[in-house]
Amino acid sequence: MKKHLLKPHAGVRRLPKCPTGIQGLDEITGGGLPRGRPTLVCGGAGCGKTLFAAEFLVRGAVQFDEPGVLMSFEETAAELEANVASLGFDLQALARNKKIVLEHVHLERSEIHETGEYDLEGLFVRLNLAIDSIGAKRVVLDTLEALFAGLPNEAILRAELRRLFRWLKDKGVTAVITAERGREQLTRHGLEEYVSDCVILLDHRVNDQIATRHLRVVKYRGALHGTNEFPFLIGDKGLSVLPITSLGLNHKVSNQRISTGIPRLDAMLSGRGFFRGSSILLTGTPGTGKTIISASFAQAAARRGERVLFFSFEESPNQIMRNMHSIGLRLEPLVKRGLLRFHSARPSLYGLEMHLATMFKEIAAFKPSVVVVDPITSLMDSGTSSESKAMVTRLIDYLKAGQVTSLFTSLTQGGHVLQQSEAAMSSLMDSWLLLQDFEGNGERNRVLYVLKARGMAHSNQIREFLISDRGVDLVDAYIGASGVLTGSARAAQGALEKAAVLAAQQEAAQLKRQVERKRIALDRQISGLRSDYETEAVELRRIADQVGNRTHVLGTERAASGRLRGADANVDATRRAKPRLGRSH
Amino acid sequence: MRAAAVKPGTVHPDRPPAGGKKLWQLRLYVAGATERSRQAVLRARQLCEVDLVGQYELQVIDVYQQPGLARDAQIVATPTLVREFPRPVRRFIGNLSNTAALLGGLELLTNAKAIG
Repeated sequence: MKKHLLKPHAGVRRLPKCPTGIQGLDEITGGGLPRGRPTLVCGGAGCGKTLFAAEFLVRGAVQFDEPGVLMSFEETAAELEANVASLGFDLQALARNKKIVLEHVHLERSEIHETGEYDLEGLFVRLNLAIDSIGAKRVVLDTLEALFAGLPNEAILRAELRRLFRWLKDKGVTAVITAERGREQLTRHGLEEYVSDCVILLDHRVNDQIATRHLRVVKYRGALHGTNEFPFLIGDKGLSVLPITSLGLNHKVSNQRISTGIPRLDAMLSGRGFFRGSSILLTGTPGTGKTIISASFAQAAARRGERVLFFSFEESPNQIMRNMHSIGLRLEPLVKRGLLRFHSARPSLYGLEMHLATMFKEIAAFKPSVVVVDPITSLMDSGTSSESKAMVTRLIDYLKAGQVTSLFTSLTQGGHVLQQSEAAMSSLMDSWLLLQDFEGNGERNRVLYVLKARGMAHSNQIREFLISDRGVDLVDAYIGASGVLTGSARAAQGALEKAAVLAAQQEAAQLKRQVERKRIALDRQISGLRSDYETEAVELRRIADQVGNRTHVLGTERAASGRLRGADANVDATRRAKPRLGRSH
Repeated sequence: MRAAAVKPGTVHPDRPPAGGKKLWQLRLYVAGATERSRQAVLRARQLCEVDLVGQYELQVIDVYQQPGLARDAQIVATPTLVREFPRPVRRFIGNLSNTAALLGGLELLTNAKAIG
């Protein structure tokens, strides 16, 4: 329902609505079709009118406990059952359980002759019987215009149709009347003249060889409604209208983080990788390694025991597995264990709506916790840009609602990387990694950086992205005077720095040796001086001894001469001096 | 108006008549006792009495009374006169006021002329 600035008065009765159960339609119409009134659904051949009507009826019977009557003027009950069985509707069972009545009105013009005035009371009676037999609340007339082909006298028919619509209103059933699209008016026979409450136009248009279905609410008396054209899908579970404008932003968010599978990349994302349930865009020019990063991420998730669904729109599963094997990512065991599933399809195989329907189906069936789409751009090429954005929004919305982490790769065409399509898509993405080529020195090198990562501190650094047979790694890129250095330039720069370090080491060693030499020289000098000193000291002692001896001899001689002279006072002194001479060296 | 088998009930109406005599099996579906219904019944009887003396079986069915029969016979418009037999099945909608169309459709026109 549309918001009102003023609160509605208690007495004001809003138009009661009858929910269709068709995904997205009730959001556009603010709750469904006008209850108790007829709605006209018109469109060209093959635009999904009958399926629309059938789904309205089946969902009514199954989800809203409103039995319904399907009066078909074109297809027999058996044909209808077969046709809608492809959407998973079991009309037969519903008919058995008195939830639905299938009434086929057969008109064979060739066996009918007009012989005068008539009315359509027979049709009214049959409809009445069918409605009353199960207490139907919903009625589908598909396609009423067959009456114009089957019965003569248009004037009578018009009068009777007017009466029929009034009768349906009086009966209080919510009716869907399908009609063929006319050339100058909405319907071929101008049925819109009679059904004035709600008119829905279905359209199947081809743009650039791509067919897309659209739905538009042309008129909805007494209610506000979305007036735009909305793309819609016919999938396995019925119709799905994609009202991009009405998507709610109220997903649950997780604080859990999951690894990217590349430790250095985790480190760039504050060390712990992406948020669970977030959407990640990986943009790069051809050959920058988008699939490799995707595969690493997928492998890491599958190794943690999570289910991973890998949509590939460029390569076959076997080709991806072989290619990844060459860089040391072994995906086959994970596929065998049922943790990793590939879904490959050529983008041109069918239109965008069908791709998305298939993806929804795969996701619903496999229930993955990580989804990789490689690349989203080739998928988007299969629709016009606004449709594509709507569809991708729907996909992301769907994944986020289920807390599925999604990684989309996006191929850009070289040059400046921030292309419009990415800029438009980026608003939907929580994290955006950019892969880029650097050309220089006659070589091409890959670099990676984090353009944005909502809700986490992330590195602002450009890292060089290396692919070897042992997987992928990120290394610091050198920032030089001439910009970022990668590849051999980075290696050369590394070598230069290494040489400089070596030179410095050598210089230091030499200095050390010099000092050592000096020390040794000094030691040598010291020991020379010491030996000089000792030599001198020895000499000195010798001289001293000589002097002593001489003194002693002198004393002895003096004593002898004293004795000779008869003096005896110094005899003892002479005896003591003798042994001292013997001890000196 | 009641559903009533009007003229000689020689055989079961659902079964094609057996025997040597060529028998016409006609059913007239009307909706209530309206002027239009009355006209249709009247003209059907006239037709039978004039052109099909002794070799017809006419059943008049009110779809209000027996809506199931209307469904089974694929009736859309009323009144509808259905020629069940002889084959092929022919349907005449309207109050049967256009005698030429009726006789032409029943292939009785030339027949009647030849007799007359």
